[in-house]
Amino acid sequence: MITLLLIFFPLVAALMLLMVKGEQVKKIALGVAIVEFAISMVAVFQFQKNASTQFELNYTWIKSMGINFHVGMDGISLLLVLLTTFLVPIIILTSFNKQYKNPSVFYSLILAMQFALVGVFVSLDGFLFYIFWELALIPIYFICLLWGGDDRARITFKFFVYTLAGSLLMLAGLIYLYQFTPNKTFDIAALYAAGQSLDVVHQGYVFWAMFMAFAIKMPVFPFHTWQPDTYTTAPTQGTMLLSGIMLKMGTYGVIRWLLPIAPLGVEHWAHLAITLAVIGILYASTIAIVQKDFKRLIAYSSIAHVGLIAAGILAGNVQGVQGSMVQMLSHGVNVVGLFFIVDLIQSRTNTREIHSLGGIRNVNPQFAVLFLIVLLGSVALPLTNGFVGEFLLLNGVYQYSAWMAAFAGVSVILGAVYMLRSYQSIMLGETNSLTSSFAPLTSNEKVVLITICVAIIAFGVYPKPLLDIAEPSVIKLVEGFKLAIGK
Amino acid sequence: MKALVLLSSLGVIALLAEIFSFKKLVYPIVIIGLITTFIFNAFDWGTDVTYFGMMRYDDYAVAFSSVLIGVAVLWFFMAEGFFKEESNMTDYFSLILFSLAGAVIMVSYSNMAMLFLGIEILSIPMYVLAGSKKEDVLSNEAGFKYLIMGAFATGFLLFGIALIYGATASFDIVEIAQVVSVGGVSSIFYVGLLLMLVGMAFKVSAAPFHFWAPDVYQGAPTSVTAYMATIVKTAAFAAFLRLFYTSFQGSAGTWTNIVVIMAGLTLLVGNITAVLQTSTKRMLAYSSVAHTGYMLLGLVALNGFSQSSILMYALAYSIGSITSFGVLIYVAKARGGDAVDSFNGLAKTNPFLAFVMTVALLSLAGIPPTAGFFAKYYIFTAAFQAGYPWLVLIAILASLIGVYYYFRIIIAMYFKHNNNETVIEVSMNHKLLFFITVLLTIALGLMPDFVIGLL
Repeated sequence: MITLLLIFFPLVAALMLLMVKGEQVKKIALGVAIVEFAISMVAVFQFQKNASTQFELNYTWIKSMGINFHVGMDGISLLLVLLTTFLVPIIILTSFNKQYKNPSVFYSLILAMQFALVGVFVSLDGFLFYIFWELALIPIYFICLLWGGDDRARITFKFFVYTLAGSLLMLAGLIYLYQFTPNKTFDIAALYAAGQSLDVVHQGYVFWAMFMAFAIKMPVFPFHTWQPDTYTTAPTQGTMLLSGIMLKMGTYGVIRWLLPIAPLGVEHWAHLAITLAVIGILYASTIAIVQKDFKRLIAYSSIAHVGLIAAGILAGNVQGVQGSMVQMLSHGVNVVGLFFIVDLIQSRTNTREIHSLGGIRNVNPQFAVLFLIVLLGSVALPLTNGFVGEFLLLNGVYQYSAWMAAFAGVSVILGAVYMLRSYQSIMLGETNSLTSSFAPLTSNEKVVLITICVAIIAFGVYPKPLLDIAEPSVIKLVEGFKLAIGK
Repeated sequence: MKALVLLSSLGVIALLAEIFSFKKLVYPIVIIGLITTFIFNAFDWGTDVTYFGMMRYDDYAVAFSSVLIGVAVLWFFMAEGFFKEESNMTDYFSLILFSLAGAVIMVSYSNMAMLFLGIEILSIPMYVLAGSKKEDVLSNEAGFKYLIMGAFATGFLLFGIALIYGATASFDIVEIAQVVSVGGVSSIFYVGLLLMLVGMAFKVSAAPFHFWAPDVYQGAPTSVTAYMATIVKTAAFAAFLRLFYTSFQGSAGTWTNIVVIMAGLTLLVGNITAVLQTSTKRMLAYSSVAHTGYMLLGLVALNGFSQSSILMYALAYSIGSITSFGVLIYVAKARGGDAVDSFNGLAKTNPFLAFVMTVALLSLAGIPPTAGFFAKYYIFTAAFQAGYPWLVLIAILASLIGVYYYFRIIIAMYFKHNNNETVIEVSMNHKLLFFITVLLTIALGLMPDFVIGLL
């Protein structure tokens, strides 16, 4: 029941919002998002900390194809739903100082996207997962097309076609697996059985078919070319939705739909995939160092962070997967914070060029402190949430291969380089004509930034509540994986 | 059978309207008549009656004729502009109705002679209607081209039928299958089979027999093009499948490889050339060729999925086509031309029309949660099950190319600006029609079992 509410409440609200006009749209949307968060907190409190799937529902939908409306949450899904419901109200709140044209459509699309995102994280039927995966693409496409920046038609279209290509390959993989299921159904357990019954070669095909979709979504080098342009040209809320939540769809897909379905395939191809991920980390970090546009820099840093998450998952051990769970949450919170800071700077100084700014600290020390906390979270300083995730991930990758861990670890250093340099260039030094009139933070902005900073520090110091929710499920999944590859 | 009788009677009534001067009443009479026909047709479900060994009204026939009649009702709503403007419109009514009767014959035949009859009854009114805009050179060209190519195709078909008769001594499609399964059938059977394949491929505009389609679709009046793209194509495919599923399944080794190659070619040719079009009408014509490619996948599969997948695809694609052609008629008339540029800024002036067009294009492109998505997915499953994974990969690639040209229109509507900001007047009937088609598209996208579970 709670699952149904979590999925459909944003959708119903989105449809009703289309009919509301004027200023209240923002507030109603925020109210809906906060209610959704409250519902998910109820689910967290009711959740029993074991590896079972809870809040489960299973309705027959399309009998002839063996497709059921099967949803439920275990620890992994619950954490990601929590991330979604936590971030969406924050994302909506970040838009309060802006006046968007056609606000009812804008907020309706954001809520529609929340519907699809929650659906992805709770689906326990392969076809349902695919439908929600595709459904998430439509609202974000229109958000970027209608409210984005320069050259948005071409860029968002590239994003759409690129993602669709991956999704269609995943569909082909799912159909292929469907043929081997015992009673011709898309149910997750049946798909697991079907995948594991194949031999290494065929599991390899399934691996690549499904990994393509996830690799494009995250993105993993070399399927990342859509990302910097799309993140830069999307409106801030669009970028936050993309980087904060949507890319987690890709990593979640690897955990839930790739490791258990094609374990031999994963084992066989992990080396190549992890190599690509690590190359991506180094490549993206290096490019981030030379970026002039701060938003584009953060986009590249996101590729670097996600590369590490992907590597950790594919390493196939408890630390790797657990680290990826924590880092998904941390990265989500941090990157939303960073993009909000970009938005703040841009709305006050009309530029995102790092070198043309300077000395904002002198004008607005509050902002300097909050910016620094978010930045340190992104750089993975101990006592921030980023540190817990990165540490576990590096541990996991190290267990797979010390060399990979070494290369991935360099990314932490490179991350510090580009982040701290940007901070120095933007916030420290001489105040100039652009930045001298940096207005103080409004109360909405303070609420957003303080919430994010509290989250960063609180979960950096005491991550146990989060880790505990997911740990049993992660252990069960990894043990299943190790069993399937015969370790 | 009831459907056939009722449709022919409606056609005759339409003819009589000219003589007995109740022209104004023809339109409502036809709509009510078609809805009645649909209902009576549905009552034939479950019965399996064969009439004189010529026509067999089984579930397949009832399902497909329901689709045909249902889409025809939608088409009549859409095409009211076509009928209002013509001086001899009662002729057009009766031509369309007789053509529809031919379509019903084509989905329910049990004898090759009826197949031929059905094709001719379907096509000859279309030759006339394609050339019906007498002052337009393109229309005359379309009519002429359609006539010549159609006659050519029918010639192939007849030759094939004759050869098959020579080899099996029967026109009955079931008997032919039995004779072949016994074995030792003369090799002229296979020649006949291939000739029939060519003839049917012409009719459904499969590559490399598709060259007539873009010119004919572009030259004909847009309402007629919509009819050709939906009803004629559905009927032709139903006939194609009925023939090959029943008679030639045993000789699958001969023709499946050919159809596989044809499917691949059609998909690529249709989609790639559509990308290069600047005229929306011509682009929709080429996309219609591409959709034939997808349906050919269902044909090649020859398993339990074949019939229902083609039924679902024909329905989803017809609804999407009626909507997109309907919006195209409005836009082309208001903005003077059917280039993609005419759609610029439509979202601002007519948000409802833009939304309707978007849903229709999403369905044609195959994006969830529309009917077109499930149709495509079902066809892919059919092909996968039959063991053609490479063909499915080509189809996926073709889908992506398709997304490109469909989205060009969506981008133009929502993103590009137009100096001409006049709001297009849409009649109440059409608003209702578009509302119904959007509802149908999404409903079929959410509950495809209703159609898929039929056959």
